[in-house]
Amino acid sequence: MLIINNLNVELQEENKKILNGVNLEIKPGEVHAIMGPNGSGKSTLSYVLSGKDGYNVTEGTVSLDGENILNMESYERAALGMFLAFQYPVEIPGVGNMTFLRTALNSQRKANGKEELSAAEFLKVVRDKAKNLKIDADMLKRPVNVGFSGGEKKRNEILQMAMLEPKMCILDETDSGLDVDAMRLVANGVNALRSESRSFLVITHYQRLLDHIVPDFVHIMAEGRIIKSGNADLALEVENNGYSQLLAECA
Amino acid sequence: MAKDDVTKYKIDCYTLPAESNWANQTRADALSWLNQNGLPNGREEYWKYTNPLSFNSSKPPLKNEIDPSYKKPIFDNIDCVKLVFVDGVLDLENSDDLTLTGLEIEPLAKANKNEDHWSLGYFGNIEGSSQKVVKKTLASLNTAFAVQGLTIKITDKVSKPISVVYYHTDQISEALIHHVIKIEKNAHATLLESGGISSRSNCVMELSLEENASLDHIRVQGRSHERESITYIFSNLEVNSCLKSFTLTVNGRLTRNEYIVNINGENAKAHVGGAIVGDNGFSHDDTVFITHSAPNCESRQVFKKVLRNGAKGVFQGKILVKEGAQKTDGYQISQGLMLDEDSNFLAKPELEIYADDVICSHGSTCGEIDPTALFYLTSRGIPKPEAQDMLVLAFLNEAIDEITSNEIKEIISKRLLDWMLKRHKS
Ligand SMILES: Nc1ncnc2c1ncn2[C@@H]1O[C@H](COP(=O)(O)OP(=O)(O)O)[C@@H](O)[C@H]1O
Ligand SMILES: [Mg+2]
Repeated sequence: MLIINNLNVELQEENKKILNGVNLEIKPGEVHAIMGPNGSGKSTLSYVLSGKDGYNVTEGTVSLDGENILNMESYERAALGMFLAFQYPVEIPGVGNMTFLRTALNSQRKANGKEELSAAEFLKVVRDKAKNLKIDADMLKRPVNVGFSGGEKKRNEILQMAMLEPKMCILDETDSGLDVDAMRLVANGVNALRSESRSFLVITHYQRLLDHIVPDFVHIMAEGRIIKSGNADLALEVENNGYSQLLAECA
Repeated sequence: MAKDDVTKYKIDCYTLPAESNWANQTRADALSWLNQNGLPNGREEYWKYTNPLSFNSSKPPLKNEIDPSYKKPIFDNIDCVKLVFVDGVLDLENSDDLTLTGLEIEPLAKANKNEDHWSLGYFGNIEGSSQKVVKKTLASLNTAFAVQGLTIKITDKVSKPISVVYYHTDQISEALIHHVIKIEKNAHATLLESGGISSRSNCVMELSLEENASLDHIRVQGRSHERESITYIFSNLEVNSCLKSFTLTVNGRLTRNEYIVNINGENAKAHVGGAIVGDNGFSHDDTVFITHSAPNCESRQVFKKVLRNGAKGVFQGKILVKEGAQKTDGYQISQGLMLDEDSNFLAKPELEIYADDVICSHGSTCGEIDPTALFYLTSRGIPKPEAQDMLVLAFLNEAIDEITSNEIKEIISKRLLDWMLKRHKS
């Protein structure tokens, strides 16, 4: 599904190097977790994968389903099945949540040669999925993320994921700022989407989300590279011993 | 050419009509004010950002490419009383029957011949009394010579909107239009104006809102790229009255829209707003002057301009709170959204306050599309040009929201979106 090969990235504006040779392969149906201390480059990796401006890839390749995606615009990657649940979902005053969701869904359908959903069809689907995530009609009507609580924003991200049905889902610290109940709701939403043809990259600082979304592989990131990989037990090791011991071991 | 010559040549283009005694007198007064003060030459503070010369010109206007969309007026699907002007001339044959409860409409030329028409004391007076603070001699020119226009008296709550539709069909046309509108005690009306008036136009509207009266005014200006328009809305607001006026402008080489609002009665409200989209050699100026002379009144100014390819946007907005106008609530915001580095937004917000217990705020910003929001939208699969349009519309929405009617709000948003989508295809 996703193959990242020796990815080196620096900031466009200040020649600051952030990713130093990331290697990662995610097969269809797999759930990978990336853990690491703050500032290790996790969000940067997620942005570069989804096509945000402002970064220079100085070396390396990334392919999604065999297609080189690094030269694609972010909306083209989205149509190909890439999805990023943002660490900090963006508030967009003046754009209604429903309009946003429908425009996104229909843009992707159009790009993939599918017929656009009518307003009525769309409404039916979105109401259904929103209900599972306890998102009420009022939240759907409001401008995108404006006035949403931290938890509501994260649930809104998962709703978008459920509507767009991407192949490759990246979740950046989706657990941050959530209480236990909200986290369970979000995790259930994610687990409901797990399938043999859909892969996940779950970025998290803490282990607790991984109790709910159990990963097949766990990677530790530090200073812009993956320094250690293992199975779900590696996350427990981090939880018990902290990052410092691991970092020292791998130095 | 010296200033006086410009004025003289312009005056020579017109002749004073012979009407009733009072109208003749009003026109003569306006002409003498114009002769005394001359047309603006661009060196005045009031014309700091916009060059008035083409409004003064006695030469024919630029040739306009006629925009074919004029055949489908924007408010055509609304049930209303329609009044048609073609190249600035009232066309009664193509207008609706004017008999509707609560409404008296007459052509200006007819009203001005009537020795005791109700518009005596209004025509030229609301305009004339605002000349002392800042000279507006282009409006005097209009009052002296305009024979086209409507007098509208609203005596009750009118069930349908009054829709004035301007058709611009002649590529080189010039128009002077003068409307006089009086909303009587407890009456209400919605007034729509749409379409291009002519290649060059000078349009004055005098508005009087009596006690408890209200008017919703929504205007969509003509889309021809080369047109030049100057408009004035002079208004007097009495106790408890409410004026809401919104203007949408897309295109036009040169536009100057002035609002002169005098809040004279307690508890009155005035909201003026505009959404503006400009491209290329577009220059658009909103000049607003709101005077609070009575306590407990509210005024709002919300203007949003989206500019690209070297377009220019100007906002001059003043709130004057006179002594005794306590508890005034005055708000003013003007914002420019630049789609590239070649465009310009110039704002001059002013507050002048002589009462001590008031809340007045003003803000002006100039920015570009938020790249984070743009990335959020595109990361969901929305192509960049469309995502940009969504953000542009979102920006304009705050001004469009000033419109009371949801139906009209939607028509305006939809029309804007269509224009934007068409732009990508061309
Ligand atoms: N736009 C930026 N400008 C300056 N520094 C940045 C920018 N984006 C990321 N960084 C820096 O890159 C490093 C990695 O950041 P980030 O990817 O957000 O880490 P993480 O998500 O692992 O906490 C940090 O040192 C951060 O300060
Ligand atoms: Mg991060």
